[in-house]
Amino acid sequence: MYAFVTGPLAWLTFIIFFCGVTYRAIWYFRGLNWQLDRVAYKPHMSYGIKGALRSIFFWLIPFGTHSWRFYPFFTICFFAFHIGLLFTPFFIYGHNVLLQERFGFSLWSMSDGAADFMTCMVLVAAIFIIMRRNALPEVRIITTPYDYLVLAIAVAPFVTGLLARHQVGNYNFWLITHILSGELFLVAIPLTKLSHFIGFFLSRAQIGMDYGIKRGGMKSKGLSW
Amino acid sequence: MPEGKLCNKQTVDTEEQLQALLDDKSGKQYYEEMNYLDVDSDALWATMQKTLKSRLKTWLKICAHCGMCADSCFFYLANKKDPEQVPSYKIISTLGELVKRKGQVDNAFMQTVMDTAWSKCTCCNRCGMYCPFGIDMGIMFSYTRGLCFSQGFVPWELKIGSGMHRIYRAQMNVTTEDWVDTCEWMAEEYEEDWPGLKIPVDVQNADIIYTVNAREPKHYPEDLAEAAILFHLAGENWTVPSEGWEETSLAMFAGDWGACKMQVETVYDAMTRLNAKRMVVTECGHAYRATVLEGPYWAGRKDGQTPIPTFHYVEWVAEALRTGKIKIDPDKKIKEPVTYQDSCNYIRNAGLKDVAREIMGYIAEDFREMKPNKEHNFCCGGGGGLNGIGRYREQRNIGLKVKRDQILETGCKLVIAPCHNCWDAIRDLEEEFRIGIRWSFLKPLLIHMAVVPDHLKPPEE
Repeated sequence: MYAFVTGPLAWLTFIIFFCGVTYRAIWYFRGLNWQLDRVAYKPHMSYGIKGALRSIFFWLIPFGTHSWRFYPFFTICFFAFHIGLLFTPFFIYGHNVLLQERFGFSLWSMSDGAADFMTCMVLVAAIFIIMRRNALPEVRIITTPYDYLVLAIAVAPFVTGLLARHQVGNYNFWLITHILSGELFLVAIPLTKLSHFIGFFLSRAQIGMDYGIKRGGMKSKGLSW
Repeated sequence: MPEGKLCNKQTVDTEEQLQALLDDKSGKQYYEEMNYLDVDSDALWATMQKTLKSRLKTWLKICAHCGMCADSCFFYLANKKDPEQVPSYKIISTLGELVKRKGQVDNAFMQTVMDTAWSKCTCCNRCGMYCPFGIDMGIMFSYTRGLCFSQGFVPWELKIGSGMHRIYRAQMNVTTEDWVDTCEWMAEEYEEDWPGLKIPVDVQNADIIYTVNAREPKHYPEDLAEAAILFHLAGENWTVPSEGWEETSLAMFAGDWGACKMQVETVYDAMTRLNAKRMVVTECGHAYRATVLEGPYWAGRKDGQTPIPTFHYVEWVAEALRTGKIKIDPDKKIKEPVTYQDSCNYIRNAGLKDVAREIMGYIAEDFREMKPNKEHNFCCGGGGGLNGIGRYREQRNIGLKVKRDQILETGCKLVIAPCHNCWDAIRDLEEEFRIGIRWSFLKPLLIHMAVVPDHLKPPEE
């Protein structure tokens, strides 16, 4: 079982992930239309690129935009969740051992304590995000079961990883579940709302180009995000 | 009754059609007919398939339902944080549903979409600045308005407005003759006080071609005279076109993209025909948005630019003050606290925030910013055509509370609003709430403050 999930199934997962994400990006760019979007992308590419980079840059910085500053509690939850989610998997000791075995290289590994901390940070942030979803009427009204499903898909590898590492109950069971949930996560990225993994950058770049080219970027220093 | 006599899917292209609509006071029959209007679901879905591309699809797909757009919307704030006013909810429950159901919706649903698209969103685009993904629900509601229009679900006044553009190439029934007569009349009216004052019509190769909002010749012709006086004071070589003088676009508010194209093309033709160096647009926000920002795309101009460089009135004023073409008498500067209404259309959506502040630096001694301000300012409450729609007057008036409170917080009694929609909304909020404020365009203030060189003064009696 272990050989299957870390062998053929893992490769299938990687293929779906990389091809899916690439397809999404190509589909997005091909679907942009200067006349329908009302943005002259090509003739003013330098203004567009400047606008796109500004639009992405400020939103990647915690408290870097008016909106992040307006919702400080959610901003902390958001960044804790996403930083933990995106960076932890690369620097887990066990993952790097696997990388070394299979591919002959590995990345820097964090201590087990740090890994536990990062994992718990993701889980605590997720709990706060769920609580916020339920507590605030303005969020509750737009929340659907699908939102909980994608959150569960994203968090599952962390829960199972933590249980496996601390060998709670049956280690092998949690290990296999961990690998499967990780693979499900990767597959879900291009196929579900988790496509915002790439969609965030595409969408932010587009609105940045819109502001950079048409909505004032050519007559000002740029929008104060 | 699939198609009403007044409320139908047809565009208004003849004076007879237009008159029939105008004769239907307050759109009583029009809205009654709307209750029986069929939805052509196939056509609706076909339009969406052709025009709903990756940008909008991605926005609808990846919205994380985080609610960060909620507090960005003045309607949400003015309606005591009613969750149904959250921008994300509003677009998901309208355009989102239209897409999900592939256009298979009924009359009642389309009326809900119409009511939401025009009475719960002014397309101010503020929410797009507060969404981590940059999802701009103002853009999506503008798109949704176009879908509604194509199915005949459009507020009565805007059906009329778009018809006006189709027939008169102006938002009101001002003919070329009316316009030229008004120019001559205003020049004569003010010539005694301003010797040599002219409103030159159709002069070739001028430095500036000036274009206006049809309400000016129709209802406030003195605004045109004021523009002429300021150009006269500044010594500008300027002209107005006899045709293609109307910058506004109720068609844009209506979602009638065909009429939008017709309208801006007349202005672009005037620019080319008269071969002016640049164009200046009057103190109107949506006029600038329509003709300068969106217009080139309606007209199929691939560079997204107007045929000649185009400037909003505030840009010209700032330049005139900066270069000394117009000098302000220091004694006549505004002494009382004064605030500035940043228009969504030329501040947030055209980046002219610093220009506005530069002007205030020249003319005001105690300029106070609203909070929030610049591109983050709230809509006046009457944008997107909402000021003019009787059906939604109550919703509009509720929305005005946010602007009222912003103004009250500044402690100012004078609000400068160089935008027709903002000007109207602020006038109406004073009528509604009686907070004791005054409001003004820039032109009358500047004329009062400007130093008049001796050679431009009337001869002493």
